[in-house]
Amino acid sequence: MRTLLDLYLSFFRIGLFTFGGGYAMLPMLQREVVDKHHWVTEQDVLDCYAIGQCTPGVIAVNTGTFVGYKQQGALGGIVATLGVITPSIIIITVIAMVLQGFAENPYVIHAFAGIRIAVAVLTLLAVIKLYKSGVKGAAANALLAATFLLRVLFSVSPVLLVLAAIVLGVVLELVKGRRKTQ
Amino acid sequence: MTILKLIWEFFKTGLFSIGGGLATLPFLYQMSDRYGWFTHSEVANMLAVSESTPGPIGVNMATYTGVTTAGILGGLIATLSLVTPSVIVILIIASALQHFRENRFVQAALSALRPVSVGLVAAAVLSVFAASLFDFQALAERNWAGITSWGAMLTFAVLLAVYLKWRKLHPIFLVLMGAAAGILLKL
Repeated sequence: MRTLLDLYLSFFRIGLFTFGGGYAMLPMLQREVVDKHHWVTEQDVLDCYAIGQCTPGVIAVNTGTFVGYKQQGALGGIVATLGVITPSIIIITVIAMVLQGFAENPYVIHAFAGIRIAVAVLTLLAVIKLYKSGVKGAAANALLAATFLLRVLFSVSPVLLVLAAIVLGVVLELVKGRRKTQ
Repeated sequence: MTILKLIWEFFKTGLFSIGGGLATLPFLYQMSDRYGWFTHSEVANMLAVSESTPGPIGVNMATYTGVTTAGILGGLIATLSLVTPSVIVILIIASALQHFRENRFVQAALSALRPVSVGLVAAAVLSVFAASLFDFQALAERNWAGITSWGAMLTFAVLLAVYLKWRKLHPIFLVLMGAAAGILLKL
């Protein structure tokens, strides 16, 4: 019971302070679920981002479901998901009903220009942390560089890149298995 | 009746929008054409509101659409309909992963996936970076002075220094400092 409540509150905080979508939640996620509660490892976060890329739905929700499931099974997955969407539901409902001009308010515009800079700093350091924990060896570094360049220079779809990585991993393992038996 | 349509439309959107919040946009345009719940320019407004509030953009868009078409209950139902398919899919994948974790092919696929995942996040970070520090409109107009502002650069440098010095600082404080700097410096 305690853990379910913790899951809900942690993901509520993540939802409340994630500005700009799935990737921006990475620093909050590392802080709440890896460093503070040790529910999952840094590697799990990486796996779950990769899975979130090629499955339907919003990445933040997918991550919530995944982490919640690892900790408390299906119920945990549902509770974490409800936690991450609760702040949005409350805030957006209020804005849609009473604050029609919200997005045009000059203070809101200035504040968000500043928040985007904070998010840039946070995500930069989060990705460095992710790199240190998940990428070791020349082959992995080459794979990372190839993905980055294909995405940035040629806008290759993330779904395609994730599926290609899965195929590559399985094929390499098949080749390795065949060499061993010979 | 509207509620039923909301459930159906957002369930479909949640099931078929792969790769994050912005992938829901084409579905919203389709809803606008089919039901006239909102106009195309209202979709743009919704996106602006979603981007200037916390939370995943896809979820924000669902709540906003639901509330404006069918009130508070509509917002709640549209949002839950959006997340239901992905919760089901992820629960299935997560339980399969748990059972086949030790399988060597699953291991091999995951070890190839991790660097790719970091590469994808790094690419996304680059675009967050570019969008927060540079003005592409100015670049396109060859307005060199307007490409970036000293205020934005200063804010970036100070926030980076603060975060490197106090690594234990909760990300929330950095977000709040960013908001304060934005208002004070009129970024």
